[in-house]
Amino acid sequence: MTFSGLEGDSHYADTAPHDDPFDEDDAAEGVGSYLIGLGLATLLTIVSFFISGTTLVWGPSIPVALAVLAIAQMGVHLVFFLHLTTSPDNVNNVMALAFGVLIVFLVIAGSLWIMAHLNQNMMPMDQIMQMQR
Amino acid sequence: MSAFQAAIGHDREWPDRQHPVAHAAHGQVSKRIIVGYGFWIFLLSDIVMFSAFFASYAVLVGQTAGGPSGRELFDLRNTGIQTACLLLSTFACGLASIGVQTRRGSWFYGAMAATFMLGAAFVGLEAREFAGLVARGAGPTRSAFLSAFFTLVGCHGLHVTVGLLWLLTMMAQVFAKGYRADILRRMLCFSLFWHTLDIIWVALFTVVYLMGAGQ
Repeated sequence: MTFSGLEGDSHYADTAPHDDPFDEDDAAEGVGSYLIGLGLATLLTIVSFFISGTTLVWGPSIPVALAVLAIAQMGVHLVFFLHLTTSPDNVNNVMALAFGVLIVFLVIAGSLWIMAHLNQNMMPMDQIMQMQR
Repeated sequence: MSAFQAAIGHDREWPDRQHPVAHAAHGQVSKRIIVGYGFWIFLLSDIVMFSAFFASYAVLVGQTAGGPSGRELFDLRNTGIQTACLLLSTFACGLASIGVQTRRGSWFYGAMAATFMLGAAFVGLEAREFAGLVARGAGPTRSAFLSAFFTLVGCHGLHVTVGLLWLLTMMAQVFAKGYRADILRRMLCFSLFWHTLDIIWVALFTVVYLMGAGQ
């Protein structure tokens, strides 16, 4: 393995090697990105909790608003914490995510759809019991 | 050099996301990116598994069998504190991954310790909530709704608990083996795992707690 010499125990003390491309500027930039993410996520969370108990808006719109806020917050997490961006390195990651989202959508929406129809078409339980007598 | 490394070009140990175009142009992909991609596939499969639990919860949420519903059971103050703990924990984990990349020990260990404390507080609050529910006779055996609730939330809590063990392992590995390239890649995987758990928690507190308490 190539990392045996350069990357070995010589860097056990926290000294940065001269060829480390991750320098102070990158670190400051990284911290800034996490801070933006934290701020946006906090804002969205507070709005979510506030809106769930409010009577200021029309009741049935609340679950829709909560879903939109949650999806927005997941986007914030993906971009600022997981660093899923549009850079060339991330194409495969984004494609895999898109496939994952498709499967998640099929599983959840499909289950709800099928089960709602099953409930609708099923005879009420007491009638089934009567037929078995 | 292994055959795998030979196949992907010489082993560039420390390129990072700051210079993606440079090595994309050279036709070489760094091992860090390949490892991150592979782990991302695993995390997506984990998310698909959670989606099945979410689906069963959504189907069973009304089946309370005459027992208590989410509206009567959920304490949103507790959920709010849990959310704050996990969000700050994921932020601290991000700081730790910068600390390990810049090889600053005090920064790394401090941020990891903060991540652990906040994560442990999250698990503790969840355990307290579960114990309280069981004590009130609203355990997982009470109704289909509560079975689905305990399975979904408990599975997430179990992931966080395993993550805490992994966190301690990462601190020990950096301490014992230093800032080696393979250790840094493991740290990358850990931070991806920890951030993903917070994404799942966002879906969880929205669907289970906020929508449940508002019903």
